[in-house]
Amino acid sequence: MTTGAALQLSRDKLLQAYRTMRTIRDFEERVHEEFEAGHLPGFVHLYAGEEASAVGVCLNLDDEDKICSTHRGHGHCIAKGCDVTGMMKELWGAADGLCAGKGGSMHIADLSKGMMGANAIVGGGPPLACGAALAAKTLKNGKVAVTFTGDGGSNQGTTFESMNFAAVFDLPVIFVFENNGYAESTASSWSVACGDIVNRAEAFGMPGMQVDGFDFFAVHDAAAEAVERARTGGGPSLIEVKFGRFYGHHEGDNQSYRGKDEAANLRANHDCLNLFRQRVTEASLLESADLDSIDTEVAALIDRAVQDARSAPRPTPEQLTTDVYVSY
Amino acid sequence: MARTLSMRQALSEAFHQVMEEDERVIMLGEDIAGGKGAPGDQDAWGGDMGITKGLQPRFGEERVLDTPISESAIIGSAVGAATCGLRPIAELMFVDFMGVCFDQILNQAAKFRYMFGGKAETPVVIRTQIGAGYNAAAQHSQCLYPIFAHIPGIKCVVPASAYDAKGLMIQAVRDDDPVIFFEHKVMYDEVRDEVPEEPYTIPFGEANIVRDGGDCTIVAMARMVHKAKEAADALAKDGIECEIIDPRTISPLDEDTILESVENTGRLVVVDEAYPRCNMATDISALVAQQGFADLKAPIEMVSPPHVPVPFAPELEEAFIPTPEGIAKAVRKTVGYAG
Ligand SMILES: Cc1ncc(C[n+]2csc(CCOP(=O)(O)OP(=O)(O)O)c2C)c(N)n1
Repeated sequence: MTTGAALQLSRDKLLQAYRTMRTIRDFEERVHEEFEAGHLPGFVHLYAGEEASAVGVCLNLDDEDKICSTHRGHGHCIAKGCDVTGMMKELWGAADGLCAGKGGSMHIADLSKGMMGANAIVGGGPPLACGAALAAKTLKNGKVAVTFTGDGGSNQGTTFESMNFAAVFDLPVIFVFENNGYAESTASSWSVACGDIVNRAEAFGMPGMQVDGFDFFAVHDAAAEAVERARTGGGPSLIEVKFGRFYGHHEGDNQSYRGKDEAANLRANHDCLNLFRQRVTEASLLESADLDSIDTEVAALIDRAVQDARSAPRPTPEQLTTDVYVSY
Repeated sequence: MARTLSMRQALSEAFHQVMEEDERVIMLGEDIAGGKGAPGDQDAWGGDMGITKGLQPRFGEERVLDTPISESAIIGSAVGAATCGLRPIAELMFVDFMGVCFDQILNQAAKFRYMFGGKAETPVVIRTQIGAGYNAAAQHSQCLYPIFAHIPGIKCVVPASAYDAKGLMIQAVRDDDPVIFFEHKVMYDEVRDEVPEEPYTIPFGEANIVRDGGDCTIVAMARMVHKAKEAADALAKDGIECEIIDPRTISPLDEDTILESVENTGRLVVVDEAYPRCNMATDISALVAQQGFADLKAPIEMVSPPHVPVPFAPELEEAFIPTPEGIAKAVRKTVGYAG
């Protein structure tokens, strides 16, 4: 479903969309390499292939709008404006990482950007997003909240409760379900009993849209509609974004549960960055050269981020016991 | 015949044997086989740590159920099925996720026998992973077993060896009460010891005396048993002999073995990877302070992490987890206590 409204975006917005998607992609590809080389500790879940979702949604938001993310949160963080170097440092566990090295990949947050946190608890985000939306509604500030949830997380009780709650209170919240086909190794075609997650919207009394998640424009248009509805008091919406992930569930996953050549096929034929490039150049909205220069800039940015992360100060044992309680 | 097995292998063997011997035993959890509904391999994962691999091909999808991510439904239906004739083993992938299904454990499983006047049986086993050491940060690294030990009606198992893991798991499945089986994720491959091939059980509430010694009692559980052993080896070089007690089950708790040991040594160090407030170290210390006070020659020492969430950065996580050096220091403090 491409209504084409997003094709009317300003040149600046289009460049920003591409730059952000490219930043996420390069960030993830680099993290993959660094993890393979044994430079990164912890559990890492890559978002590569899903960029159009985070960016398509977040381009409709500003710093005052809130998002709640998942364990696969790097893309959401970058799309919401988190500092890429701070994120890279966080993955390294550096003392000056975005969360002082205490959170790591699964817990990156920057409240000043409206990024309320990646979340390692599946289904942890939707209730929090309802809270953010409740705050916006109570304060009458016209702000909205978005919660990103996977297909797996769509089956969580917290998610169901939140959708009902949001509908009952007409909360300005958008439930984005990123259906990449799997929850760890389990297929969503099996685990989501009603087939498509979008079908659940009706049960909760809210509008639902299903979009091709490889198509930035489709995601953007659906999100724009949902955000507009939320901002103008129209209550919650559900968006199911369908696509696939380029990598395994987490780094180190051998992916034997996947179809043969599935990931390779995604890369070859369903790469949201290539599709974006094709679309904007064919419509003469941007030149290839514009995009190439973004590619070069972003590559340098990611390189610098990695260099900075490598040489960043390490936390000291004294920092173990700070931040436990707020100081009164 | 006994062979050397890892805790991973020992648990796997226990599952095969209990499912073989009793058709009422079923297993359910997220990705416990893996690949459900996917185009590639089925039984692709055998759980996120590969512990349950091979069970579904052998016992079939009706007895080994891969589930959606819905912990309240997973744990709750295991509890419900347990009251209706099955003996389910349900997996809550990480104990940190217990928040999403806590009611089914706390107010349902734990309460039936008592609330229903002793007439209900709930033979369910809930397996879950605990522990720091993988840089998995605050929501994947906790040792929350004291929370469950706090609740009457649930038995809590915290094995420290492959031998114990197998015997306690078989016991847990044959037990008619709800049992939570806490597996330290770092121990699956780190710990190896001799395990008999045939099925055997270890009764709950019987501590294991891991090491004899007359100078100081160390009570430790799960991975901390191994840190305590290292500490004891180092202390033995200086002529300080520690007795290490591993309770194995923290509910029921073998109070007698702990008290008897303190009676002999007169000193107590309790090591617990769980957060320090209201953990097993405080509980066991209170027990000994109350019932073994006359035996004590020195104040009780507790070795636990600081009262903070588990941090991500490797240096911080390392500083979080109790060390053999820290344990040895605590022992020396009790031994050097001059009244
Ligand atoms: C409450 C809870 N249950 C289980 C897990 C383990 N877990 C982490 S990610 C994941 C799969 C999530 O799948 P999905 O929601 O589809 O997101 P995706 O990984 O596909 O982006 C699972 C089961 C968890 N972190 N939290």
